[in-house]
Amino acid sequence: MAMFRQCPDSGLFFHKSAESLMKAHAVLGVVYLLIGGVLGLLVALTRMPSLHVLNAEDFYLALSIHGTAILIFWIIFFEMAVLYFAASTLLRCRPATPGIGWIGFLLMVIGSTLVMVAFFRGNSSVMFTSYVPMPAEPIFYLGLILFAVGALIGCFIFLGTLVIAKKENTYDGSIPLVTFGALTATVIAIFTIASGAVILIPTLLWSLGFINHIDPLMYRTIWWALGHSSQQINVSAHVAIWYAIAAIIFGAKPMSEKVSRTAFLLYILFLQLASAHHILADPGVSSTWKVFNTSYAMYLAVLASMIHGLTVPGCIEIAQRKKGFNNGLFEWLQKAPWANPVFSGMFISLIIFGFIGGITGVVMGTEQINLIIHNTIFVPGHFHATVAVGTTLAFMAITYFLIPVLFRRQLIWPNACKWQPYIFGGGMLILSLLLLGAGTLGVPRRHWDINFSDAALQFQYAGTAITMMGIAGLGGLMAAVGGAMFCLIAVGSLVFGKRLDPGASLFSSFGFPMAASCYNIERPGKLELAPIEQTGDSGVQAKGTFVLALVFLASFVVYFFINAKYLSSIWPMG
Amino acid sequence: MSILPPSQKIWWKEPIHGIEITWIIIALIWCLVLFAWMPYWHIYGKQNLSNESYKTPPEVFEAKANAMAKAHTVRTEPKSNIPVVKPPAGSDVYMLGRLWQWWPILELEKNKTYRLHLSSLDWQHGFSLQPTNINLQILPGYETVVTITPDQSGEFAIVCNEYCGVGHHTMLGKIFVK
Ligand code: HEM
Ligand SMILES: [Cu+2]
Ligand SMILES: [Cu+2]
Repeated sequence: MAMFRQCPDSGLFFHKSAESLMKAHAVLGVVYLLIGGVLGLLVALTRMPSLHVLNAEDFYLALSIHGTAILIFWIIFFEMAVLYFAASTLLRCRPATPGIGWIGFLLMVIGSTLVMVAFFRGNSSVMFTSYVPMPAEPIFYLGLILFAVGALIGCFIFLGTLVIAKKENTYDGSIPLVTFGALTATVIAIFTIASGAVILIPTLLWSLGFINHIDPLMYRTIWWALGHSSQQINVSAHVAIWYAIAAIIFGAKPMSEKVSRTAFLLYILFLQLASAHHILADPGVSSTWKVFNTSYAMYLAVLASMIHGLTVPGCIEIAQRKKGFNNGLFEWLQKAPWANPVFSGMFISLIIFGFIGGITGVVMGTEQINLIIHNTIFVPGHFHATVAVGTTLAFMAITYFLIPVLFRRQLIWPNACKWQPYIFGGGMLILSLLLLGAGTLGVPRRHWDINFSDAALQFQYAGTAITMMGIAGLGGLMAAVGGAMFCLIAVGSLVFGKRLDPGASLFSSFGFPMAASCYNIERPGKLELAPIEQTGDSGVQAKGTFVLALVFLASFVVYFFINAKYLSSIWPMG
Repeated sequence: MSILPPSQKIWWKEPIHGIEITWIIIALIWCLVLFAWMPYWHIYGKQNLSNESYKTPPEVFEAKANAMAKAHTVRTEPKSNIPVVKPPAGSDVYMLGRLWQWWPILELEKNKTYRLHLSSLDWQHGFSLQPTNINLQILPGYETVVTITPDQSGEFAIVCNEYCGVGHHTMLGKIFVK
């Protein structure tokens, strides 16, 4: 039976079952992005001291939902779609056991719904970290566990699909770099979910009364083996998407396969113990352990990100120079398609992830510097640059590519599409920078009232800190507008976008297959090796990218020593 | 093309671009500097994390804090009714976190060193000393001992910066340095 169709615009092959799974996961992801985004806006407006829109109880509830819905549900649903794409579509292969794939999907839907129900019942405002011994309702932990099992199934189907592709010989040579990146993400995901099981199953039993004590330090150590590594899944996934977009838009080939693949491998090898950097300020863990793990594990993973940070723009530069944009250092960048949201989203994601997210992450992950940063609003400032811009904006960018190709719908509102990455990225940039600034002045995260109006004692933060929180709220508003534009464009295109294929129905936008007649290919031709580059252009070098990398390094060094200086000004302690 | 199998089947023998290898070396050196900085600061820096901690049950910690307060209370803070304790310089000083206060209030002498013991009686809390900006995680059942030397005088607040329920934002403590 013919199960494949070929997209005439991109040449990609989609398998009927894999395509439906991709769509269903991506759509559910966007639903959670929408929920999380609305609550994120309310959180940001509450943290604007002049507006303070929610009351305390609603604020902590909204923040718990914001973190969980957006960081866990949006990102992981979308990542599942990415895995099906990277295995089935890129390798032209049927997915392994699609029926079980739907069971995984269902578990993720049920799990995430249970967590939402727990939140709205009001007794589980424990933040997504759910540190013991603050209790949530049992269905909260149960929901997280079911969700994780569903995601684990998705990971195994990805691996199964790679095995089938190899066995059925659907491609020549090695798997593409993008698939390799997705494989990295999957390997880390399996480790992550195992850690999650180790800690969440006992916590569920504890909340049901079968276990009477969970050690809070053990909880934090193992929880962060899940919490940190899952961020490395996100990094691997969005770096893979950066490479994919560089290939799709520019036909870029990696500067060298060896370097890029080794960098992905470093993620797997050197990050498992990076949960250390979340417990740098904790008692009961020695400095030796902290220094070794925060750095041994982290800095080689950091090195890997610094490598991708060079090779992704580097491969774009080389592709552009070969097309003739060869003047000066930056013509290749000036002449890039800045009006195409697939490119602009990806490039903004890369720059903000590296310059803001990367640098601040390493600085606060330095053992002693963490003393002036731990649990301040600096931390959300850091991870909105990494996960809200780096990951989320990269996912948004690839969505602009997938709507015509996978869903066979034309994007509505081309002008809004053009501006959306700038509005979302710009708003997030303002939000991040000001949260970083306010955090440097000591403003706490997860805090309803930094004016302490209901407290028995009094304290006043510096006026600058209050002002910064106000401006951060405006940045948050701008980011929320960008996020809303994305959700409207995505859903609007799925419903009202012009059909690029007569077989694309309303249902097929939401996970059902397209008309049977669309699938007219029994077996796609074997995936050939990438074309060999013309000779004579081996001299093309990514000089502009190298200059950017040096600017990055200089900012990194300066920012690190500014913080070391700041550390030296606090009370002597040891 | 990153979405296609590598054009050379034996891709691991392809040459590496000059700028790639240069960048990898520079980045690796910087990573090593970052790493070396931490042990360096343990030796030459004056602000380090404490390595002294004990597993102390909440009741035991509370008893120690009570004993110190009983011996050295100098007055009571009027609005909150929390005792202000002035322990001798160089001594062991206790402060406990609980829903939702830091107890007791301390009065310390400038440039004298104290052994500050911190723990929580219930949930996790965050010890965030402002405006000097020192932030520590406080866990129930774990007692941290930090050797501190206040080198500024004035009134300092302890903000709780680990979320601890609906009263979290009212949880403030005080340290006076004279
Ligand atoms: C609509 C745009 C967004 C706005 C306005 C926003 C705003 C905020 C603010 C102000 C906080 C800090 C609150 C606090 O600690 O008191 C926060 C926390 C957080 N945000 Fe966002 N955010 C947005 C989008 C995102 C996205 C896209 C992600 C990730 C994919 C994300 C992930 C998180 C996480 C994980 C937290 C931490 C929650 C916690 O502390 O438990 N946010 N957000
Ligand atoms: Cu982490
Ligand atoms: Cu608190």
